[in-house]
Amino acid sequence: MSNSFDRTLSNEDVMRRRASLLQRLHIDGILLLLLLTLAAGSLFVLYSASGKDVDLLMKQASSFGIGLVGMIIIAQFEPRFMARWVPLAYVGGVALLVAVDVMGHNAMGATRWINIPGVIRFQPSEFMKIIMPATIAWYLSKRTLPPRLKHIVVSLALIGVPVSLILVQPDLGTALLVITSGAFVLFMAGLQWRWIIGAAAALVPVAVGMWFFVLHQYQKQRVLTFLSPETDPLGSGWNIIQSKAAIGSGGVLGKGWLLGTQSHLDFLPESHTDFIIAVLAEEFGLVGVCILLFVYLLLISRGLVITVQAQTLFGKLMAGSLTMTFFVYVFVNIGMVSGLLPVVGVPLPFISYGGTSLITLLSGFGVLMSIHTHRKWIAQV
Amino acid sequence: MPQPIRLKDHEKDARLIRGRAIVGAIVVFLLIGVLVSRLYYLQVVQYEYHSTLSENNRVHVQPIPPNRGLIYDRNGVIVADNRPSFSLTLTRERAGDWEKVLDVIVEVLGLPEEDRQLFEKRVRQGRRPFEPVPVLFELSEEQIAKVAINQFRLPGVEVTAQLVRHYPLGEHFAHSVGYVGRINEAELKKLDPVEYSGSHHIGKTGVERFYESQLHGKVGYEEVETNARGRVLRVLNRTDPQPGKDLVLTIDTKLQEAAEKALGGRRGAIVAIQVKTGEVLAMVSQPSFDPNPFVTGISFKAYAELRDSIDQPLFNRVLRGLYPPGSTVKPMMAIAGLDAGVITPSSRVFDPGFYQLPNNTHKYRNWNRYGDGSVNLETALMRSNDTYFYDLAHKLGIDRMHDYMTKFGLGQRVSLDMFEETAGLMPSREWKRGRYRQAWYPGETLILGIGQGYMQTTPLQLAQATTLVANHGKWIRPHLAKTIGGVKPVDENPVPDIVLKDPKYWDYARNGMEMVMHGARGTARKVGNSAAYRIAGKSGTAQVVAIKQGERYDRSKVRERHRDHALFVGFAPAENPEIAVSVLVENGESGSGVAAPVLKAVMDAWLLDENGVLKPEYAPPANEQAQEQ
Repeated sequence: MSNSFDRTLSNEDVMRRRASLLQRLHIDGILLLLLLTLAAGSLFVLYSASGKDVDLLMKQASSFGIGLVGMIIIAQFEPRFMARWVPLAYVGGVALLVAVDVMGHNAMGATRWINIPGVIRFQPSEFMKIIMPATIAWYLSKRTLPPRLKHIVVSLALIGVPVSLILVQPDLGTALLVITSGAFVLFMAGLQWRWIIGAAAALVPVAVGMWFFVLHQYQKQRVLTFLSPETDPLGSGWNIIQSKAAIGSGGVLGKGWLLGTQSHLDFLPESHTDFIIAVLAEEFGLVGVCILLFVYLLLISRGLVITVQAQTLFGKLMAGSLTMTFFVYVFVNIGMVSGLLPVVGVPLPFISYGGTSLITLLSGFGVLMSIHTHRKWIAQV
Repeated sequence: MPQPIRLKDHEKDARLIRGRAIVGAIVVFLLIGVLVSRLYYLQVVQYEYHSTLSENNRVHVQPIPPNRGLIYDRNGVIVADNRPSFSLTLTRERAGDWEKVLDVIVEVLGLPEEDRQLFEKRVRQGRRPFEPVPVLFELSEEQIAKVAINQFRLPGVEVTAQLVRHYPLGEHFAHSVGYVGRINEAELKKLDPVEYSGSHHIGKTGVERFYESQLHGKVGYEEVETNARGRVLRVLNRTDPQPGKDLVLTIDTKLQEAAEKALGGRRGAIVAIQVKTGEVLAMVSQPSFDPNPFVTGISFKAYAELRDSIDQPLFNRVLRGLYPPGSTVKPMMAIAGLDAGVITPSSRVFDPGFYQLPNNTHKYRNWNRYGDGSVNLETALMRSNDTYFYDLAHKLGIDRMHDYMTKFGLGQRVSLDMFEETAGLMPSREWKRGRYRQAWYPGETLILGIGQGYMQTTPLQLAQATTLVANHGKWIRPHLAKTIGGVKPVDENPVPDIVLKDPKYWDYARNGMEMVMHGARGTARKVGNSAAYRIAGKSGTAQVVAIKQGERYDRSKVRERHRDHALFVGFAPAENPEIAVSVLVENGESGSGVAAPVLKAVMDAWLLDENGVLKPEYAPPANEQAQEQ
């Protein structure tokens, strides 16, 4: 009897009974495990990079805790619910950016921050890193794919408004990341290859024109320094020469935890923020860096799996863009520190010290978890 | 062709996105492969190179400061050079407990505790890791020996030879060339950190400050290999610095010294400008000071003495001293009156010894209470008749007066390359409304006509206005640099020339000024009579209102310091102007009696040869001489 009773239950009830605690909390176990691994690794490296600064470690740990809570809260919202509020979030985000540009004038120089004394202090451009892909995903998910020219133009306009506001601040690094996150939605949505190749081809004359007509002397100098850091060994070239020496002297196995000389003798600038990978490479060697890259690769693979398995178009586009943007962070940071790319202020995700980027990143993973855990169970069975 | 209706095809969308995700995954794999191979290259292929860099021998990049450009006077006499000097440097990272090392330095050299605090401040201002910071300059042989025998107690301390700025002519050029000093924290924030990475000094005032960017030069650097103790083993690579550009001044040292001698120890200022070129030939502000102690760091006590001296030696009277111009503005006023058509060369004013505005009983007095009778323009300038100029000012009105005087450079910065020049003040209706919220009163126009009232000018402005009269309104900004790196300084903001309705007006003003010196009743005829050439000049008297706050009350001096300032401006030779000079003697009382002889001495030094004869190149043109005969 009991056997037939089981069969009368709906599929959904069956799933609910099988659902573990994690699933009920809408948490993706694999992602959570990988994130905790990175967090633990981060604290290890930071302890060394900061010169055994326990206070700094506690701050980073608490930022991580706050970020995790935020991630779990975000994961509770259904993607459909998020999509409904995306237009409003976009308008609100743009309004905040305008407010920053206007109020920034009053506050003399602190143009990236909104500061309500005693209440809160935050960077609206950080929100845009999540809102931007969500907006494009929301817009394109209502259209047929691949997007037609008209829809591409509208998407680019939607990207252009906040980006130009961020550029006014000015914050080139964040603006580029926001563009990237929006562009990846278009890519996932099947933007025709001829457009992609065309845009890449158009970049060359634009870059040449910028060089001659737009860039200031000091900006040109920065590009030249990137192309050959030896020309400016006292200025910004110094950072790259030193970080390359730190990485290179680590060898295959590294000098050992807390034994890096470059970072501990103050040769390495920004050793606990943007250049932290150099500390890791010096102390744990090629093996350490490869392990870190492997963990990142697992995270990204999981993100792409979530993308493919997502059931709504909005979810697919959003998940794909967030995952690919995350990879861009990793690539740009490590490429910069190892001298492959010019120096731009992008932290290494989950490893660099800094609460703001940590919370933004974890919010992104909250969205991924929400997309994955709110699928209709019927389809799964 | 009708548009086909597009339906959403979820299967197709999913396939599309799956395809893109696969492309994305491939790109991610490839790029991570790129990162791994980059790290492999750095950590395995180049491991030997990098580990050598970082572990056994540390390679340092050391900046080499450029040699600062030299400064010469117009004849090639060195005014500022760089002298080798031994200084004591401390490298924090190598010193261990560096505060303790400072204690040892102070103990070994037997210096006061005050110096130790100065050293500590200097070390804290060090900028980069492993930078040797100079703490003590100009070591004596004895001090070097003491440091050498105590070297074992002084880790990280070295004696290094550096080039340090030196001013061989000392106080003669303190107010024009200025001096360099140690870079302070405020300057550090504004400086290019790379260019100044090896420099410890920066131009603080004068030409040294104005031409800082060109005098400084470009930094060089060398990569040196050091052992674990920080001793330099060998130089791997060296890029030489580019020395700063040499600067040639317009000033003539001999004339400068002659002018200082002519002032004879009195407080005051002299500016001499070459009329045709705008070059400043002499620039004296007395008393002056020796700039050399400022280079290496002047002691607090010595500085306080200079700063608090009642004679204000640090004060640049030429550029920053503000004085009412007094009667020295009368030639300019005369030109303004002629050009505006309110007077003619022959129009006359009757002077009973005072001037009254219509319907007003207030009497504006002439300096000569008995009056000069009926005066025309020439007599008015010759006698410095106040009544004539009250009348002129009244007819001209404040608005036109302001416009004309502004054209002569009053109330604005006139120089091309002088640091911290003040603009002075040429009042106007708008200025008074803004400053006092009051309307302009006609009486205020009158006293402006004789250079009193709100008007404030610097000796440089008076010299420039006189140059303009001599040069028929051709504007060349006065400048101190003849060439920098062989190139003349360029005036990027030139002032339009003064164009009069009739160029003869310049001659009328010049004639009047000549009569001052050479006329039978000229106010400075005593000086003019002894001149070997013709001078066009004008005296002036600036009233001293009160002693400034903060000055010490000194019974014997107060009376003297209440006396009027004596002013005199002029140019010579009158027919073919070569040099224009303005002289200010503080509390000198009489322009014609005290300042005019100084002016003539300066002109003599420039125009006459050793035998007291006018140099042939300055002789007036032959036809004009014939006319006079």
